[in-house]
Amino acid sequence: MHIPDAETLCRQLAEQIRPHVTADTALVGIHTGGLWLAERLHALLGIRKPLGAIDVSFYRDDYASKGLHARPQRTGIPFDVDGAPVILVDDVLYTGRTTRAALNELFDFGRPARVDLAVLVDRGSRELPIAARYCAHTLSDPLPATQNLELQRTTEGALTLQLTTRG
Amino acid sequence: MRNPQLNKHGELQHLLTLDGLPREIINTILDTAAPFTEVAEREVKKLPLLRGKSVFNLFFENSTRTRTTFEIAAKRLSADVVNLNINTSSAAKGESLLDTVDNLCAMQADMFVVRHAASGAPMLIAQHLQATGREDIHVVNAGDGRHAHPTQGLLDMYTIRHFKKDFTNLTVAIVGDVLHSRVARSQIAALTTLGVPEVRVIGPRTLLPTAVETLGVRVFHDMQEGLKGVDVVMMLRLQNERMNGALLPTPQEYYKIWGLTADKLALARPDAIVMHPGPMNRGVEIDSAVADGAQAVILPQVTFGIAVRMAVMSMLGSN
Repeated sequence: MHIPDAETLCRQLAEQIRPHVTADTALVGIHTGGLWLAERLHALLGIRKPLGAIDVSFYRDDYASKGLHARPQRTGIPFDVDGAPVILVDDVLYTGRTTRAALNELFDFGRPARVDLAVLVDRGSRELPIAARYCAHTLSDPLPATQNLELQRTTEGALTLQLTTRG
Repeated sequence: MRNPQLNKHGELQHLLTLDGLPREIINTILDTAAPFTEVAEREVKKLPLLRGKSVFNLFFENSTRTRTTFEIAAKRLSADVVNLNINTSSAAKGESLLDTVDNLCAMQADMFVVRHAASGAPMLIAQHLQATGREDIHVVNAGDGRHAHPTQGLLDMYTIRHFKKDFTNLTVAIVGDVLHSRVARSQIAALTTLGVPEVRVIGPRTLLPTAVETLGVRVFHDMQEGLKGVDVVMMLRLQNERMNGALLPTPQEYYKIWGLTADKLALARPDAIVMHPGPMNRGVEIDSAVADGAQAVILPQVTFGIAVRMAVMSMLGSN
């Protein structure tokens, strides 16, 4: 399967979002790939509010069966969520469960004016009523569950999309 | 024999002691605690991890700090918390420990946080739960006799790591009544497991356990000598309530020789931190000027204790 170039997609995503950015717009990236992407978008779009980061480990719906993520990262929302238009950023949209967990966590910080979702790739196979407002690439055929698509960052800071098969 | 704290997958099932707990598990608890510290700064200080679970605080011995921080930790994880003050309950009427536990299990307990004057009581409960096929119920030791106080040991390690970053180049001194201290035993186990090259215990002969050096520590009976060049000073409380007999002359005399004053602290490294598990006896084991001084990290210990207990309970809750 053809895997598109993440750097190109990132620039395309920024251009999709740009017409809708206002002085109040805030970005929140979902650890880890979504946060890398959000850092890029934050700079490309010249967002004024400081960048937020969410780790959904404490809000996952599979905690009871799978336990905690081995190394949860810090969640940090360095702006006032109340009344803010927020764009939630993730690298790959799949079942929608990560987005659900991130929304729940975000609302524990306040009541945003609105929340939009921006993703690099939509791989299909949704299990919840969630859709991205901004999406740079939609896979024509959903990937099988054994395949994992995620963003990687090289030591030089370049973004790439990696497809791996779970054993 | 399987480590009684771990399940068949090698995951934490109960937290009973730090003695023999693998280094990776200690590190995982400390790593997991870090993001929990941020929850205290949120508008809604709650996470959904233990939603619908019941945590029973089973305190057969008095406690304020430990019981309260366990309660806050469980509530921030959305658990339902029931506090049992056993002095005024069934145990006073003659009910056995395991009967109490069985009754609480019949009320759908998911986790017991146990403090008991008898060393081994939490272990007894854990074994009883295993023998009766209730391996989905977890036990956390909140201090048993002179044996162990693992969450105190863990929050102390978290505090040291927070201020000193790396364990493998430290000299740490534990000062005072080691003999009666379950805190000291948990600290020694954790420090040696995490690779601290030099752990010292400092105290009078009457308040150090026989052959304490077999735990891998250097023993000092001279406080000035023992404090020289240390990075961390961990003070212990003088446990008058556990003493029977004349182990020391008077609190005043103890303070003169073993109390941590600014003069003595000056022998440690200039950036040394001072810790105390609380409750402090000011003017007995520690001078007020030191307890309230710039090198003291005694209140951060308390705050970190909540995050560390959240980490332990959330790890147990899913194993």
